[in-house]
Amino acid sequence: MENRTDKNSYTILFAIGMVLIVGALLAFVASSLKPNITENKRIEKQQNILYAMGVNENEEGSANFISTDKVADEFTKYITKQIVITNGTQAEENSEAYLIDVKKEQSKAKSGGERRLPLFIGEKEGKTYYIAPIRGKGLWDAVWAYVAMDKNMVVQGAYFDHQGETAGLGANIKERFFMDDFIGEHLLDASGNFVGINISKSNADPLNKDKTDNEVDAIAGATITGDGVSAMLRSDLKLYVPYFKTLKN
Amino acid sequence: MGLLSRKDSKLILDPLADDNPITIQVLGICSALAITAQLKASIVMAISVLFVLGAGNVVISLIRNIIPSKIRIIVQLTVVAALVIIVDQVLKAFSYQLSKELGAFIGLIITNCIIMGRFEAFALGNGPWRSFLDGIGNALGYGVILIIVGFFRELLGSGTLLGFKVLGDPIAKTGLYSIGYENNGFMLLAPMALIVVGVIIWVQRTRNKALIED
Repeated sequence: MENRTDKNSYTILFAIGMVLIVGALLAFVASSLKPNITENKRIEKQQNILYAMGVNENEEGSANFISTDKVADEFTKYITKQIVITNGTQAEENSEAYLIDVKKEQSKAKSGGERRLPLFIGEKEGKTYYIAPIRGKGLWDAVWAYVAMDKNMVVQGAYFDHQGETAGLGANIKERFFMDDFIGEHLLDASGNFVGINISKSNADPLNKDKTDNEVDAIAGATITGDGVSAMLRSDLKLYVPYFKTLKN
Repeated sequence: MGLLSRKDSKLILDPLADDNPITIQVLGICSALAITAQLKASIVMAISVLFVLGAGNVVISLIRNIIPSKIRIIVQLTVVAALVIIVDQVLKAFSYQLSKELGAFIGLIITNCIIMGRFEAFALGNGPWRSFLDGIGNALGYGVILIIVGFFRELLGSGTLLGFKVLGDPIAKTGLYSIGYENNGFMLLAPMALIVVGVIIWVQRTRNKALIED
């Protein structure tokens, strides 16, 4: 006798029922957790921005953000101004500039639209930091960063992150030994032209003493991630050059 | 064991040694290569698989009599995928830093053939309690190998364990590094995971000759 569960009609009904139940369950889980997740992402952005300008709880060798309960206060304390740059030089103040999705702005630019460039201006111990969010491609997925610069486009700090680079290799871009190498590096060459910072495998300066060579030492085994980071720094930070020129005048 | 009958405790203990999913059944090799460059990732992957396999085996076992046999693989896949998405979302909501560190690994649980393998081989033919034990046992057996491989790869590849510099500082040349020791960067690449797994298989079969197939 044919088994009840072998019938086509039963199979189809079962499939429909399963899809409805699983779909409803996942939709319920996703929508009930969504506020928490959005909040976590917002806090993380603030932590990243503060990290880049040196407001963090770093211990020796490890990168630690400022704790989540303090981040909102510290953010308002240190970030004095948030601006959105359009047309290269027009700056407009916008207190929610940090919520601008760089990925969306990039795809807007690709389809011919205009890309808004958020820039966060922070003050710490009398020094002014200009922090730019940038985004690019690593080996497996997206890489992004928050780069804090002074008005001469000398890097003052950087926070790198990634979606899915290889653990132990490309994923090391978010380790201190890599990120700290950027501090003090120049993005411009001696005559003031933008060149970016190259993640170099043939770097003759592994201890990173030469801060004007526009190079930092690459991570062994993470060539494509490194190239992606170089390309991201080059293409995204370049867009900020016209604005930084206006700061000098 | 007072808590479990001998038959039940076999379900947990067998996969830990003589019926290990990785070294004997040769399942789940892919994730054993991908994520064992660091001990921490190995541990978290082991825990996540423990949850997904334990819960998944129970779910499949509960509905085993009403699953249409023609689409049972799809049903199993849906159950794994749903559980993995729930784990991912819960981690994102309540332990954001951890979920960031795991990144793609959580999603990769779906592709772990141990899970589908246990659904198909065990949960479809056994009750929920025994299926639960079988799931836990196999996940532990998988986790043990992952942690052993992760231990050696992180120790020899980066000179650290869970991020702590146990062998000294390679840049400042302290500890072992002061006498000329160097990290073996090759350990961080996937092929070395296979070699470590191979060594474990070799040791295990040398100790128990009954495991050697013709």
